[in-house]
Parts: sequence; C-alpha cells; structure tokens
Amino acid sequence: MLFASRSFCCLGIRTYQLRTDLLSRSIKLSASATMTFRHKNTRRIEGLDSNVWVEFTKVAADPSIVNLGQGLPDISPPDYVKEELAKAAAVDRLNQYTRGFGHPSLVKALSQVYERVCGRKIDPFTDILVTVGAYGSLFSTIQALIEEGDEVIIIEPFYDCYEPMVKMAGAKPVFIPLRYKNDRNSASSADWVLDPVELANKFNSKTKAIILNTPHNPIGKVFTREELQVIADLCIKHDTLCISDEVYEWLVYKGNKHIKIATLPGMWERTVTIGSAGKTYSVTGWKLGWSIGPQNLIKHLQVVHQNTLYTCPTPLQEALAQAFWIDYKRMDDPDCYFYSLSRELESKRDRMAQLLQGAGLKPVIPDGGYFMIVDVSTLNVDLSDVDEKQPYDYKFVKWMITSKKLSAIPLSAFCGPETKRQFEKYIRFCFIKKNSTLDAAEVILKNWNKQTA
Amino acid sequence: MLRRAGPSLRHFLLERKSSAGYSSYSSEAKMSRPVQARRLEGIDKNIWVEFVKLAATYSTVNLGQGFPDFPPPDFLQKAFVRALSGENHMLHQYTRAFGHPPLVKILAQFFGKLLGRDLDPMTNVMVTVGAYQALFCCFQAFVDEGDEVIIIEPFFDCYEPMVKMAGGMPVFVPLRPKAPKDGKLMSSADWHLDPAELASKFSERTKAIVLNSPNNPLGKVFSRGELELIADLCVKHDVLCISDEVYEWLVYDGKEHIRIASLQGMWDRTVTIGSAGKSFSATGWKVGWTVGPNRLLQHLRTVHQNSVYHCATVAQEAVAQGFQRELELYGKPESYFIQLPKELQQKRDWLVQSLGAVGMKPIIPEGTYFLVADISEFKSDVPDVPDSDEPYDSRFAKWMVKNKGLAAIPLSAFYCGAHKNNYNHFIRFCFAKEEATLKAANDILQKWKREKTSP
Repeated sequence: MLFASRSFCCLGIRTYQLRTDLLSRSIKLSASATMTFRHKNTRRIEGLDSNVWVEFTKVAADPSIVNLGQGLPDISPPDYVKEELAKAAAVDRLNQYTRGFGHPSLVKALSQVYERVCGRKIDPFTDILVTVGAYGSLFSTIQALIEEGDEVIIIEPFYDCYEPMVKMAGAKPVFIPLRYKNDRNSASSADWVLDPVELANKFNSKTKAIILNTPHNPIGKVFTREELQVIADLCIKHDTLCISDEVYEWLVYKGNKHIKIATLPGMWERTVTIGSAGKTYSVTGWKLGWSIGPQNLIKHLQVVHQNTLYTCPTPLQEALAQAFWIDYKRMDDPDCYFYSLSRELESKRDRMAQLLQGAGLKPVIPDGGYFMIVDVSTLNVDLSDVDEKQPYDYKFVKWMITSKKLSAIPLSAFCGPETKRQFEKYIRFCFIKKNSTLDAAEVILKNWNKQTA
Repeated sequence: MLRRAGPSLRHFLLERKSSAGYSSYSSEAKMSRPVQARRLEGIDKNIWVEFVKLAATYSTVNLGQGFPDFPPPDFLQKAFVRALSGENHMLHQYTRAFGHPPLVKILAQFFGKLLGRDLDPMTNVMVTVGAYQALFCCFQAFVDEGDEVIIIEPFFDCYEPMVKMAGGMPVFVPLRPKAPKDGKLMSSADWHLDPAELASKFSERTKAIVLNSPNNPLGKVFSRGELELIADLCVKHDVLCISDEVYEWLVYDGKEHIRIASLQGMWDRTVTIGSAGKSFSATGWKVGWTVGPNRLLQHLRTVHQNSVYHCATVAQEAVAQGFQRELELYGKPESYFIQLPKELQQKRDWLVQSLGAVGMKPIIPEGTYFLVADISEFKSDVPDVPDSDEPYDSRFAKWMVKNKGLAAIPLSAFYCGAHKNNYNHFIRFCFAKEEATLKAANDILQKWKREKTSP
C-alpha cells in the first residue's frame, strides 16, 4: 500500500483515496454481510456457465503433456501471412477503427474468393459480415434469427457451442445423432450418417433452423451432395433456415469434395454460410470469421454485430485481405495454401491413424477437418473406481492426461443429454500438429501397454 | 445407406408434402412472422453507419467519429511487431479465453494499485473485444426482461440499444447545463445531474446504472461529490453500476479521474470498463477489459464464452507490454498516460479558440477527446424546418459535411428518441487529430465565417 501511495503522489491522484478506502473496507466488510445481494445473473445464461474447454485446456496446459486436445495448430502460419500483418500494423490509419461490418479490402477479397467457389455474385457490403471468429458468426446468426418459441436442429456430435448459443437465444435445441453404419472393415467418417426418416421427423412448424457443420467436427465427415440434398429438401419444405458452419471447408482429403449447401437450388436465400480465417490460415488467434448469405438475412446479423462489438480489429483484417488476394490469384495452382495445407494435413492424418492403430485402436478416419475420433473402450481401462458422475470418456481423458501425459477431448462434450451414453467411449484427437508433437505422441502410444512407473 | 436412398427418399418426401395442407401450414406460420428475432426490434438504426459513410464520401476534414488520426506510440507498435514475428508463433493461436495471461496479470497489478486492492488476474479481470463488447457482456449478464437501467444523457449511443436488446427498459436522466457567470465560456463541469431528479429515477425495478466518466460526448469528469451521490443511491437501492471509464487517462487542467469502484460500498456492485484503444490511441486493435468482483465477473465470463469466446492474441500480447512500460513509468513525464493528455489538452485549447473565433460556442471539456459546441449562431445556413422528424443538429451536421467537407456528430445522436430535440443545436468534434488536421478544420471554419459575413 505504501509503495502505491508514493508512486501516486507525483501524478496528483490523491493518496487519501487509498487511506479512506482502507478504512471504508473494514466498514464495508460488515455491511456486505447484511446486504441483500440480488445481483443474480440473467435467465438467458442460466446453466450455461460450464464449458468443456475451460475444464480441459486448464488440465492440458502443463507443457509436459502432449496436447492433442484443443483444436489449434502448433505449426506456424505461412510466412507471408505474418508478413502481411507486419505490413498492415505499420500503416497508421490501419491501427484505428475500420468499417463495422467488415474492413472494405477484406470483404472485397472474400467476395471474390467465394464468388468463384459458389458461382454466384456476392455483394461485399450487403452479403458479408466479418465477425470475431466463426464463433462470433454463429453467435450473430443465432441472436439475429433465433428466439423463444423456435426449435433448432443440431446434428450430434456437434461443436459444443451450438447448444448453449441456441439456449441463450431462448430456443429449444432438437438433437439428431449421426449413426454409425458399417459395411466395411475400416471405419471412415463417411460411415456416420443421418437416418432420413429420423431427420424428417425432427422438422415441424417451429423449426426455425438447422445447424450443419461440414466438414464435421469432431468426426471429420464431409457431407455428400446427396446427404446435403436431403437436408435441403427438408429446409425448403418446412421453410427452415440453414446455418452452415464450414470452417474446415478447405481441409478435405483425397476422394472428397466440399460442397456448399448454399449452392443447392432453393438454398441460397435461406442459408448463412460461416467461414474462419483461423482454420483457413492456421491463425486461430486472429479470431476472424465471416458470415456469407443473402442480404435479407445478413442485414440482421449486421444489426446484432453493431450492437455487440461493432467492429473487428483492423490490422488483422487488412492482413487477411492481402493473404486472400495472394491465394485467390493462385486458386488454379496446387501451391495455393488452401490446397497445400490440406495435403500436409492428409499425411498427418494418415500418420495419426497409424499410431492409433499401432496401439490396438480403431480410429475413425476423417474425410476432412483436422480431428480424429477413436473408440477407447477396446482398451478396457477400468475407471469404475473413479468416484465421479462424469461420463466414461471424461474420466478416460483425465486418466490419460495424468498417467500417459497425452491429452484429447471427450466426445460426450459434443452431445446432447440423450446421446451422451452413446458417445462416451469415444475421444477426439487433433492432428494439426508439428512432427515433433506427433513424434512424442508416437512414443506414448507405442509404450501404451507398458506399466507406468 | 443414405447415398443409395436418393430416388426413393425424394418420393417419400413428395408423398408427405401432398398430404392435407401439412407443408403449406408450416410455411404460412413462418411467413407471417418476420425472419429476424424480436430482440432486434428498434435497434437496427445506428448513427455511425450513416455518419461514417457520409464522412467517407464527403469529408476533407473528419472530426466526427472518435478515433485519433495519429498513430499509436512507437513502443506499442514495436511490441505488436515483436509479438507477430517473434519466435513464439503460438501467439497466432488461441490464448486463454478470458484474457491472455500476461495481459490480465499486468491489468490486475495496474488497476489493483489504482483501486487500492489485491486483484486476482484470473477472476477479477476479463479481456473483451473493445470496451464495446465489455458493455455488451454486462447488459447480457445482468439485464433481464423488465429490468430498468438508468442512463445519463447525453450518452454514448450504444447503451440504449444494448439495454433494449437485453429486454431491459432504459430510464433516462439528463445532465442539465447551468450557464456560467461572468460571461465565461461554458465548461462540461457546468452540466449537472439534479440530485432529486436522479433519485426519482431509481425504482424497485432498477437493475443497474450506466456511468461514463469522463463522459462522451460532453467531456464531463464527474466530481467526487457527484460520484458519491450516485454511489449512495446504488447502495440504497442495491443497484449495479456499469462504469465506462475508457477515457480515464484523458483528463485536463489537473482534474482527477475518480473510479467509482473505489468508493464506499461500490466495489461489490461495480464493473469497471477500460479500453486499450483509447488508452493507447489504437482503436483498431479492439482490446478492452472489465475489472470487478468475481461474483459479477463470473457472469460476464459466461456471456463471453458463449458469444466470442477468445479475443485476438497478438494485440493482447502487445497491450500487455504497453502496460508493463506504463507501470514502470507511472507518474513520470515519459509515461504515455501523462504525455497523451498533455498533448490533447493543447489540441483542445486550440480547437476551443478556433471555434470561438467563428462564433460557435464551445463547451470546454474537462476530459475525453471530444468537444461539444453550440451552433445556434450558425443557423442561417441551415434553416429550421418545423415539424421535421430529424433534429436540427443532425440536419446541420449533414449539411456541413456535404457542403463544407467538415465532419462532426450531432449531439442529438446521444439522446434517446424522446429527448432528441431537447439539445438540438450542438455538435460534437473529436480533437484527437494531428495539428495539420485541426489547422485544416480552422481554415474551413474561417472561410465559412467570411462567406457568412460578406454581403
């Protein structure tokens, strides 16, 4: 306290403020005990406080643990991306506010790239909103278009934020699981499918939207045109919106093609498509994403945006715009980062699969994305003495972190309450990791069956 | 297997569609409702969207939107480049959701000293995407349908729509000007809350009051007495205080910025909001923070983790280094938090002179980088239009940017709809501008004055 008061003297911030505060604090302590505290949280966030990431990122923060849990690359973003950020930061005006709905050079670049991909005209100012990550796009979309009385269909397993965001908007999540249908020896993400009758039964007059995630986190499924058509037909029939989370759109492996549901007939006018700079350029820490769709939907997302955070950081948007121009110009070239990253990840995928198979596990080989799920029940790790009400996979991952120094994410975190039992034998590994990380994982997996000291 | 289900599935769907009105009923029910959620009602208009566009199209000198036209300080820009190009490329990946550890640690240290208490960086501090998102988290966390929130007019315009989006009811109480004696120029200190009027706004439905000191747009720096008045009412009615202190360093004439959270009974009920954009002249970085007791911040964390989750890492790393420097230089002349207000005070005085010389009557701000001027004497250029929906100052500001190339913001933008015509002959200038910009503004004003006085 004394140090503080000395250093404050010179500025004229009066020290008596601190002295009286010390005195008032002792008075306050007795007062607050009797004060009725009615500062409860709002209803909209009731029950939404827990979060699998807050729990698991803390546990895995120990540097001695090989972290294949949270989905973030430990590889470097491409050099030119970092250079563009350095260039942007050196321009004075790029350190000040830019256009709220998206920095002009960025929305223009996005419209060019996606016009090419979608084969339709996209107005950079009315059809695009730049947000704080795809996460921010999901939030803006749900807050803009979903409310109490609405139902939103969520396909399980799902990226965990969909459920709390739908609930925060006052709406009811309606879950439908992907079900494993195996008619081959090796498990592939393609073997996980929706039952069309079951799906159709989830739609009713209250269904405001369905959330689609393709390529899918955590399974890595890349929905085929036929599968998307089933969803599209139902959306059109029931006049339902489609929120299409396509953050892994460039990460599709050989033999697969990412198809945008918004390009199917009748879908553009009812779809908001979400993308991510973090996943496209391996810069998750830039937290830039975008929503693309028809003006009559995007305008409402823009209203949410102008009343939540107003504008996204400028230098990051400028750098991203420049990176997009670089890759837009080489979209016919295999060196384009959108394709080269995918190739790099495919070999990591194959390596990860081998490592898991070597440990006696049967991973589900993803057709896209950078996650791989695996059924760990075959390892027969007995955790029945672990006295928690947590699902098996939560207990397994915690046990694996402490005893094997390897982390992953439990799949039941990605499920609604009814399906948790179905998925609690699966865990999710992230493989967008540098070679040394995968090497370390290899050591652990090879030695899995040896006794721990 | 779904892939082979194609034709038969479509047939199945067609059959269902044709059965008794099923699909047409569901379509009608949807079509009778607007596609957007009700929470967007009445909050779609935004003054900035319009005025920023006008400034971009017409202005040669932009004193409108509040941002500096000079760069952030060297040390901060260097910190940013070090962060993005350094060996630790993990600074391009997610950091801790509630705030990058180096940043929350230094903020806890820094504000702990200022507030005279020990702050835990993990629970008493949360980083947000600008102070704007901090405000959003507060309203979403604490304002339920039917809750009242007291807003002091004139106010930074986002408070009202944010309260509405949360289902709350804004209750307005105005600062009222009292003309200074002896023909002195009016100061922001001459605008006061009427204590009885303020007290009458508190009801059993009042959940929170929003305080903004130093105040945008007037520049008022609330005195200790005024803050105690507000604090007493908060304690009496058990009301939360959302304290927007983004301009905390921008105080002039030796005035003191007092943090309401440091007043008796206030720490437990106050969320204090700050901004790197305003503190370090880097508005485009969008780094802000909240400081407060854990039992309030825990709910902000819930909103944050369900809306944006993480804030950009590199900027947080750079701001942390900026604060480290400021902590070391605290109170010394080289401190940016001392240099910036010193420079801005000079610019303020310059603009005051400039406006006064042409017949606009400036209200001298005690803080912030905004200045409000009375334009009654300039009315001749823009005639009164009785029964016009648009307040006079708004039409004036639009006319001015289109015809004179000088952008400013009408004061009515900072009042609720019902009160927009109470103070409709003032406009707000931002003076966080290079000398050349202020000089160019002066040239426009001088030329304008000459045109008015010549026959």
